[in-house]
Amino acid sequence: MSDLRGTVVVLDYGSGNLRSAERAVARTGVDVVVTADPEVALAAPGLVVPGVGAYAACMAGLRAVGGPDVIAARQAAGLPTLAICVGHQVLFEAGIEHGVEADGVGVWPGVVERLQSERLPHMGWNTVAPAAGSRLFGGVGDERFYFVHSYGVRALAEKPGRLVTWAEHGGDRFVAAVEEGALWSTQFHPEKSGDAGARLIANWVATLSSPAA
Amino acid sequence: MAVAVRVIPCLDVHAGRVVKGVNFVDLRDAGDPVELGAVYDAEGADELTFLDISASSDGRETTLDVVRRTAETVFIPLTVGGGVGSVADVDVLLRAGADKVAINTGAIRRPEVIGEITRRFGNQVLVLSVDARRAPDQPSGFEVTTHGGRRAAGIDAVAWARRGVEEGVGEILLNSMDADGTTAGFDLEMIAAVRAVVDVPLIASGGAGRVEDFPPAVAAGADAVLAATVFHFGTLRVADVKDAIAAAGHPVRRVAASVADRAGRL
Repeated sequence: MSDLRGTVVVLDYGSGNLRSAERAVARTGVDVVVTADPEVALAAPGLVVPGVGAYAACMAGLRAVGGPDVIAARQAAGLPTLAICVGHQVLFEAGIEHGVEADGVGVWPGVVERLQSERLPHMGWNTVAPAAGSRLFGGVGDERFYFVHSYGVRALAEKPGRLVTWAEHGGDRFVAAVEEGALWSTQFHPEKSGDAGARLIANWVATLSSPAA
Repeated sequence: MAVAVRVIPCLDVHAGRVVKGVNFVDLRDAGDPVELGAVYDAEGADELTFLDISASSDGRETTLDVVRRTAETVFIPLTVGGGVGSVADVDVLLRAGADKVAINTGAIRRPEVIGEITRRFGNQVLVLSVDARRAPDQPSGFEVTTHGGRRAAGIDAVAWARRGVEEGVGEILLNSMDADGTTAGFDLEMIAAVRAVVDVPLIASGGAGRVEDFPPAVAAGADAVLAATVFHFGTLRVADVKDAIAAAGHPVRRVAASVADRAGRL
């Protein structure tokens, strides 16, 4: 994969464990750069948007680096973006934490809200029901992925060009992953999901084009 | 399907070395926590926990290096505890590559620090580590101890766990100091007593000696089970523990060899 060196940018917007995402992507053999520079993020063959912590804080950090515009422009241009955990959540219209609603990027309809389970956070390795035709979950059987969150999206309409993968915790069903055009996202942490997560990241990296010479 | 019961090997690290004894014949250096962490990962451990028992700042710096190197090679969640008492302590550990941080004495000394940490990093990042033992004079019958179980903190352990959740911790690591090291089984009554008052995930620790010891801990309310000695000495393997938990009807995560093979060929 030497033609893919200098390929993936991990967006540094003050949220979470960037190192994990960086290392997990680098494990596939591509070159990874961590930066807060929106121009670099916009031009990269692949962009990873991680996210850990509170919804409103992540959105504030994302806005501070021009993240919403970068994500929208990449989607319009068909450039692959992979968003993880709170990075996935902020792609929806809004999030409600502790009764406070914060605007999201709004690529997808829906609100991120507290899950209705007697055991929260939802922490640990859970199964998912991959969308039919999913490329993200290609080659993956019934492996489990690592989740750690208390909030999620309970309703997202499936439509042509949008693949939705679901998971369930304590009787509550929520969106585990979305693939729409070049924008893919996961509620769980592929970078912390061992070899099964590595497979997903490799599937995503395989969609990247070589950078222009 | 449901979230899997996690099996978590715990490594006590002192000045960058695993202590409490390690007896793996297939390691170049049985005291290297990074190498041991990679072995447990390959064997299907669902998380790793490092407890830094170094007293000196040099020791702590060495442990940070261990965390960094482990996070480079192990792609499962990593919890690090020992000497955590401030937002800054947590920040340093997360930047080194920890996914979660365990707090113990620091929270007993100043419970408000829990909220300070979780407001900054989210509640999923903080584990309240409770070292408890039986104490008939406490309302629940269990008390919190410090200094490796040698001193009573004068706090009811069940009330303290509930307080920790109210303050914001996302998980409880409950270690029975009576059972710790005995390999006589978990303190099931203690697990059930804490389970009854907290809704966050509960990790049971202390007393594991045989695979048969684990399913009752899950039945008593543990979402995860943690052990040190039995894994380090090779008495039990992670997969054996998972077999026992699965046989009792609880979901576990299996490491799929086919996925491992495919990932290895990337």
